[in-house]
Amino acid sequence: MRRRDFIYLTGLGAAATALPNLSAFGKSIDVQDALNPVDAKIKKELSDAGLNAARSAGATYADVRIGRYLNQFVITRENRVLNVANTESYGVGIRVIANGCWGFAATNDVTKDGIAKTAKRAVAVAKANAKLGSAPVQLAPQKGYGEVSWKTPIEKNTFEVPIKEKVDLLLGANAIAMGSGANFVNSTIFAVNEQKYFASTDGSYIDQDIHRLFPSFTVTKIDPTKGSFETRSALSSPVGMGYEYLNPLASETVGGITPRYKNRYDMLEDIKFATKQAGEKLTAKSVDPGKYDLVLDPSHLWLTIHESVGHPTELDRVLGYEANYAGTSFLTLDKWKAGNFKFGSDKVNVVGDKLQVGSLGAVGYDDEGVGTKKWDIIKNGVLVNYQAIRDQAHIIGLKESQGCCYAQSWQDVQFQRMPNVSLQPGTAKLSVDEMIKNVEKGVYIIGNGSFSIDQQRYNFQFGGQLFYEIKEGKIVGMLNDVAYQANTQEFWNSCTQVCDESDYRLGGSFNDGKGQPGQSSAVSHGSSTTRFNGVNVINTKRKIG
Amino acid sequence: MAIYTKEQAQALLKKVLSYSKADECEASLGGGDEGNVRYALNAVSTAGDVSSISLSVTSVYGKKAGSASINEFDDAALERVVRRSEELAQFAPENSEYMPMLGQSEFKEAITYNANTAAMTPDSRAEMVGKSLAITKEAKLSAAGFLDNSTSFSAVMNSKGLFAYNKSTDVYFSVTTRNDAGTTSGYAARGFTDVSKLDTASATRVATMKANASIGAKAIEPGKYTVILEPVAATYMLENMFRFDARSAEEGRSFLSKKGGGTRLGEQLMDPKVTIYSDPFNPDLPGPTWGGDGLPREKTMWIDKGVVKNLSYSRFWAQKKGVAPLPGPSNIIMEGGDATLEDLIKSTERGILVSRLWYIRMVDPQSLLLTGLTRDGTFYIENGKIKFPVKNFRFNESPVIMLNNLEALGKQERSISVESYRSYLIPPMKIRDFTFSSLSDAV
Repeated sequence: MRRRDFIYLTGLGAAATALPNLSAFGKSIDVQDALNPVDAKIKKELSDAGLNAARSAGATYADVRIGRYLNQFVITRENRVLNVANTESYGVGIRVIANGCWGFAATNDVTKDGIAKTAKRAVAVAKANAKLGSAPVQLAPQKGYGEVSWKTPIEKNTFEVPIKEKVDLLLGANAIAMGSGANFVNSTIFAVNEQKYFASTDGSYIDQDIHRLFPSFTVTKIDPTKGSFETRSALSSPVGMGYEYLNPLASETVGGITPRYKNRYDMLEDIKFATKQAGEKLTAKSVDPGKYDLVLDPSHLWLTIHESVGHPTELDRVLGYEANYAGTSFLTLDKWKAGNFKFGSDKVNVVGDKLQVGSLGAVGYDDEGVGTKKWDIIKNGVLVNYQAIRDQAHIIGLKESQGCCYAQSWQDVQFQRMPNVSLQPGTAKLSVDEMIKNVEKGVYIIGNGSFSIDQQRYNFQFGGQLFYEIKEGKIVGMLNDVAYQANTQEFWNSCTQVCDESDYRLGGSFNDGKGQPGQSSAVSHGSSTTRFNGVNVINTKRKIG
Repeated sequence: MAIYTKEQAQALLKKVLSYSKADECEASLGGGDEGNVRYALNAVSTAGDVSSISLSVTSVYGKKAGSASINEFDDAALERVVRRSEELAQFAPENSEYMPMLGQSEFKEAITYNANTAAMTPDSRAEMVGKSLAITKEAKLSAAGFLDNSTSFSAVMNSKGLFAYNKSTDVYFSVTTRNDAGTTSGYAARGFTDVSKLDTASATRVATMKANASIGAKAIEPGKYTVILEPVAATYMLENMFRFDARSAEEGRSFLSKKGGGTRLGEQLMDPKVTIYSDPFNPDLPGPTWGGDGLPREKTMWIDKGVVKNLSYSRFWAQKKGVAPLPGPSNIIMEGGDATLEDLIKSTERGILVSRLWYIRMVDPQSLLLTGLTRDGTFYIENGKIKFPVKNFRFNESPVIMLNNLEALGKQERSISVESYRSYLIPPMKIRDFTFSSLSDAV
């Protein structure tokens, strides 16, 4: 039986599977216990037991990650709370190089003896596989940092906010939806706290306290006479912030056809608009397929950036390490070496960034003990760099890793994961209204919807939450059944305008999947509203039976 | 080893329940050992070995429930987890849909455990991967693959007298073979309860054969085509449909909702050749014999000759609607025919053979419209023969529409979803008017 089936059968069901990073074997604890991290001194002693055992068993490199992963989720529908849970998963993962090959083992027996045994198991795994023969692992140099720590800069720890306050917020939002004519509403708050300790034979002992939060909802409206239904999901973002994200601030709200949000979110305001818009979608005009200029809001564009820029610039995909699952990449090394590969128009500037405050990817150090940074990936439309970790850095001529290593829990091996990958705002002053004013025939898309892209990241299709028809510079009404299809390179070369930084916002994913066994990671993508010319729009309406 | 026997699990759970002071209490214990090897570019990239076990306790006062879990097992820890769940239950809001726990039922013994799979080691995994690598090296192709085995158990006991235990094993293997130029790719995936049925060499040969046959793929116009979906492709497409839930249908937000209200239960929704059921005792696809709701899992018909035969009812929804509860599918078996894949190709005048599908996502939950792409072996068929490899397509298609356009079914086989890793028994199938909407350059 696989983990997913175990969750299903034990009745944790939808709540658990919807929650990223939740180990099926996580233990639930009360809030007080969760707020007392394990003493760093104890973790150092435990780690040393693992590092020493690994070295004695023949490892030439070892790292020990002692992790306590806390999750809290509050799940409601209409006027009921479906689930309130705190979970904790505590254990240790040990990664070694022995005979030139990686090995990994993990246990929830967090004692010196348990850790030493696990270190030996990791070495045995490495040695068994080294017999198959391969080029030895080559690690980029990394200085030991000694004993250091880092914490997400939060104003209000979500885990310290009483459950009642969260329940009241969600049920209050649900009441607004139901009172305004919604047929159904689901709402959730997910909170994550990773208390992770990293120690390596390089001499680093890194203690980190990472916080993330994701509030969301979906409103459903039904037209029983037509047998049809429509939904509108929240325009919130998952964030690397504390509960302060849920304290609305007018200065963090972007006006326009519907409110959108920067570093503070107003759930009660958004759900009012959502309920009205779900109703409008039931009667909105079905789109005429054809070529349109697209005006994409950051609440939508983050996912297109994620899939078509973030994933193809992951170096493990480029090299072929993900060929059996997530796929490879059209951005092959020769295109990078050429130094003039036009990924996009000269308006397209994309950075990799593990530092951005409030983002999901921000940490002090990655999960192999590398300090984090920010770098260019696409510069004036040209591919200039990738996303790499220690055992890949030499392949692209880097002297050090870019700090992109992550494991979803103590029981999963760390590997290359996407940093925040963001489109930089335009340098010339440009508002959304000014952008729309010049569009003859277009669609303005807000919020993310359906998404699919091929295994080398050429051909994609995206939906959205809200679609507005633009005719001769004006929004003339709502559209429905819209999806756009494009080739990644053609799409980014059709980028003609990017709004200025006053419109810049982050979107993101709480559960980006990759790897075998599959792992989930959280990542943000920033942008300002952006225009793409002449993109193919299809109509997705079908009838069954 | 993180595997408890039935007796060990029973003794521990009994002790846990002895600490309970709540109106109702349920304790469940689960754990397992998992090992894997991942390889790429014809060499091992990562490999792991993970053991874990956990105890979860739910306490209930009236209609207020709280849960807590722990992974320590001394007496003090066991009592602590019970008290925590009781405290959380006292804080929890009342759930008007809470259903009292069920008492003892008879659960038949599952056939989900196999000793061969449970005995796998890092060395035996390395040996199986070595056999796969030998094939690709000889074929001068580059392999990326994954071998994963797990042994797990789960047990539950409650204060009403219910006790159930199950132990299972699983092994999963998949491999992608590509040439150095990156101009061709092949794939194979296998999943079994018993590792002795897994031949990594023969699966790798299938992948290399697909890769070699795919060199020089031509672009043909997207549009409506007759397609033959191999089981691994059909499985991934159809698993988006295997949720036969009464509540969402009655609430009007499912493909099984009826215009004007109600559900499509009893309606001919698909071609009469379509029969889909669950059966935990199928020896090729054994499943658990009980679920977290305390109900036994039995053979259940979902689609019978194209007619919607049953919808699943949770205990709450069944009580509200005055019907018997019916758990959702524990596994999925779709009946096939006698034709081989070759027979299906032979009987096709003009069509496309699809080896694998990729990145399938829901576009419209009302019609179950899905989008995704072909991958790792797509071929043009003319006059009963494979003529040439073709470039990959994006499709926009609904599995419900697809099963209305069913021309023929082949022999059923155990296949695995490339996304959920769940196994199914699914036949290859020939479908007319399958909608490809654009071309992809991906290999």
